Amino acid sequence: MDKWENNKAWFLVMPVCAFVAFSAIIPLMTVVNYSVQDIIGPGAHVFVGTDWFNKVLHDYRLHDALWRQFLFSGLVLLIEMPLGILIALAMPKRGWGVPFSLVTLALPLLIPWNTIGTIWFIFTRPDIGLFGSAINSLGVAFDHTRRPLDAWATLVLMEAWHWTPLVALLAYAGLRAIPEVYYQAAKIDGASPWATFYYIQLPKMRGVLTIALLLRFMDSFLIYAEPFVLTGGGPGNATTFLSIYVVKLALGQFDLGPAAAISLIYFLIVLLLSFIFYQVLQRVGKGEKA
Amino acid sequence: MKGKKKTIALVIYFGLLFLPIYWMINMSLRTNADILASFALFPIDLTFANYIKIFTDASWYSGYINSMIYVSINTLISLATALPAAYAFSRYQFMGDKHLFFWLLTNRMAPAAVFALPFFQLYSALHLIDTHIAVALAHCLFNIPLAVWILEGFMSGIPREIDETAFIDGYSFPRFFITIFIPLIRAGVGVTAFFCFMFSWVELLLARTLTVTDAKPIVATMTRTISATGLDYGLLAAAGVLTIVPGALVIWFVRNYMAKGFALGRV
Repeated sequence: MDKWENNKAWFLVMPVCAFVAFSAIIPLMTVVNYSVQDIIGPGAHVFVGTDWFNKVLHDYRLHDALWRQFLFSGLVLLIEMPLGILIALAMPKRGWGVPFSLVTLALPLLIPWNTIGTIWFIFTRPDIGLFGSAINSLGVAFDHTRRPLDAWATLVLMEAWHWTPLVALLAYAGLRAIPEVYYQAAKIDGASPWATFYYIQLPKMRGVLTIALLLRFMDSFLIYAEPFVLTGGGPGNATTFLSIYVVKLALGQFDLGPAAAISLIYFLIVLLLSFIFYQVLQRVGKGEKA
Repeated sequence: MKGKKKTIALVIYFGLLFLPIYWMINMSLRTNADILASFALFPIDLTFANYIKIFTDASWYSGYINSMIYVSINTLISLATALPAAYAFSRYQFMGDKHLFFWLLTNRMAPAAVFALPFFQLYSALHLIDTHIAVALAHCLFNIPLAVWILEGFMSGIPREIDETAFIDGYSFPRFFITIFIPLIRAGVGVTAFFCFMFSWVELLLARTLTVTDAKPIVATMTRTISATGLDYGLLAAAGVLTIVPGALVIWFVRNYMAKGFALGRV
């Protein structure tokens, strides 16, 4: 599977580079600038080198927030990826069920994120919400405003509700792009449904599943609006993820220097992990093909 | 037998998925005081006041129009630039291709909050603040990489013999690309168009930072429901129900692209 070598392909990539670089480079360099300066007022700033980085790296609240973020992303990925693939496999291939399923899956994705937090806040309230009162009437004490575990369950459930459709839609489109001949070949060979899934569907979906996993990792690791509205990082600091902590620092105390330093560290963590995921997934795919 | 079980599981999932949406619709048909006062499975004192307010108040409905303008511009730019780029990444080897491909995605990886101020400064310097094009351009930052990655995944699934056969048959590149290649990956194009629309539609921070009044998006208008007297949940829920509509129409239009597979060997 060697690709054609041709540097003229750059011409096809140029427009994309121009549009993305336009908004990417200057803001990123400005944030790098903030992170090495102490900004006292407009036009008044002092170069402080790596002071902010040293300071934030020794901040134990930051470490706690980071571990919460890891836990949250891990849980969310473990639920959303398999569930999304299962939904895609179960979805109808023709008839009126197709548009119905597609539109239904799209519904949660189209609501602005802070609105999702607000709706779920009411939806899970034990006194006036459907979910909260239903759970309570089953005899389970549930209150996401007071009990950390309930707050976590609510957030993970909300995130799974919100984003599993993204995985499902991608996986479904990936499944539909597999040519019929592959299935016919599998049928002739007498392959079981599991073998068909493992040797045909899964490898053919590698591309879309890679992007689905990376997207879900990045976005759940950077999640802000929904937990901010739903729990506000509480009860206590139980759901103060790294993203919430950074914004508290940036906007709450107008401390641009440390906030920029954390943002860059945050960015590098996401980058590193995404890179590892990407490399591993590429290897796995290649191995299966051989 | 097995197909039936699948369908039942799917119907249960869709039922659960619909519950929070139902609750939002329920809330949108009640007054704020009523929502906060008591639990009601169905709206008892049915009111359309929340919807009437949105449809008669220009500061509300113009938000939907503004959002639709810049989201459409963004989706078109993203698809038009990402299609050729994704083809290059899936077919050719060129200097720096792997680095460039991954760099694109890194633009989705930074926590946005600290970037709001630099974005405002950049677009002020270019005199683009409060225009639709500013938001459309800013959203390219995360939508173009997404589009390139999704489309590349679909294109790599197409055997390269198809390209070779077409070129031997004397097709020019643009003609091959538009009449043969794009139809082959229409599932990918459909899903990409929908995701570009969706991510641009719900993005709040940049859209709010770059607009004042003339291009103010609906997501920014919706944050106004938080006032000194607390949150107007009914109004917010009604606005939320209405934000679903345009995107649902988009996926309705691309449904055939997403659902239809293709048969190889039609070249």
